[in-house]
Amino acid sequence: MVEDIEAIVVLQDPVRRQLYEYVVAQDHDVSRNEAAEGAGIGRTLAAFHLDKLVDAGLLATESRRLTGRSGPGAGRPAKLYRRSGAEHHVSVPARDYRTAADLLAEVADGARLDVELRAAAAREGRAARAAAGPIEDLDAVRAVLSARGYEPRTDADGAVLRLVNCPFHVLSERHPALICGMNLALLEGLIGDTEGLRARMDPRPGMCCVSVTASKNNDD
Amino acid sequence: MSGHHLAQLNVGTLRHPLDDPRIHGFTSMLATLNAVADRAPGFVWRLVGDGSNDATAVQTTLGADVIVNMSVWESRESLWDYVYRSGHLDVLRRRAEWFVLPKTAFQVMWWIPAGHLPTVDEAVERLELLRAHGPSPRAFGFRDAYTAADAGLDVAPDRRLSC
Repeated sequence: MVEDIEAIVVLQDPVRRQLYEYVVAQDHDVSRNEAAEGAGIGRTLAAFHLDKLVDAGLLATESRRLTGRSGPGAGRPAKLYRRSGAEHHVSVPARDYRTAADLLAEVADGARLDVELRAAAAREGRAARAAAGPIEDLDAVRAVLSARGYEPRTDADGAVLRLVNCPFHVLSERHPALICGMNLALLEGLIGDTEGLRARMDPRPGMCCVSVTASKNNDD
Repeated sequence: MSGHHLAQLNVGTLRHPLDDPRIHGFTSMLATLNAVADRAPGFVWRLVGDGSNDATAVQTTLGADVIVNMSVWESRESLWDYVYRSGHLDVLRRRAEWFVLPKTAFQVMWWIPAGHLPTVDEAVERLELLRAHGPSPRAFGFRDAYTAADAGLDVAPDRRLSC
């Protein structure tokens, strides 16, 4: 709990928060130079704050030669940063919804309540859709999913939204069939009958199990 | 390359016969699922029935209505990525539509020396072991992080403890 509070306090500094947000938004490990450029600050200042983020357990780092060369003349290895695998929660007063959620999922998984859970998730998705206002294209979906913590990233051709963060990560690792099915139903409900958009199961290592596809170009 | 592989067996009791239209959603996906497995990183081997490309016709002592799936992987991670991080997950999330609620453990994994091809009898024996005694290095599930060393496979023969 103390470590969680300290990790979150580290993000209070606007420069650090900017660096953190830049690093976690990239699809690759980020060098000091790139992070400095991304946050619009000097390299020395960036290095200082990046290491504060590592000390707080928010980022992970490793040293690697970017050139792919090795031996003398290959240059010093660069320090690269990425999001750490740790999660930080702070609740005041203390609440423990994770244990409750895991126990409920354990029982629902064992009783194979997949269909019932999917129905409830779809209702939740439709309610969120109603609250969000019109969702007419991939950009609107992106904004809603971003607010829900999915960290959406648009593919190079702009037709697929991939979700970098799973908001249900711990549960989805423990009960994948149940929780990923729930997540898909939730997102299907959220996208509803928006023409040309479809949420589908598209699991890849290290990412959310769902992607959202636009069947036609947004430009038309 | 490591000297051991991970073998796995999972079993299921169908709600209807394999050729019933209500099972079509499952059977229609089988060839694709098996092709994804065959191409998956870390895939080593999977059980197929005589003259078939899948294991749906393989019978075991578990019962006539129980279908089995059995495969060998280079690591726990490669098996996990196939089961939960590939197109296989989409079929898994619909399991309740096709399979009855399992009352006991329905999947088991265990370490084997690389190159060994497990038999169905051996696999069923491991499942029975898990059902009777719970997880151990000889028979375990995804939740249990037993290594090949725990199962006594990683240790050089001259240094292996006698028991």
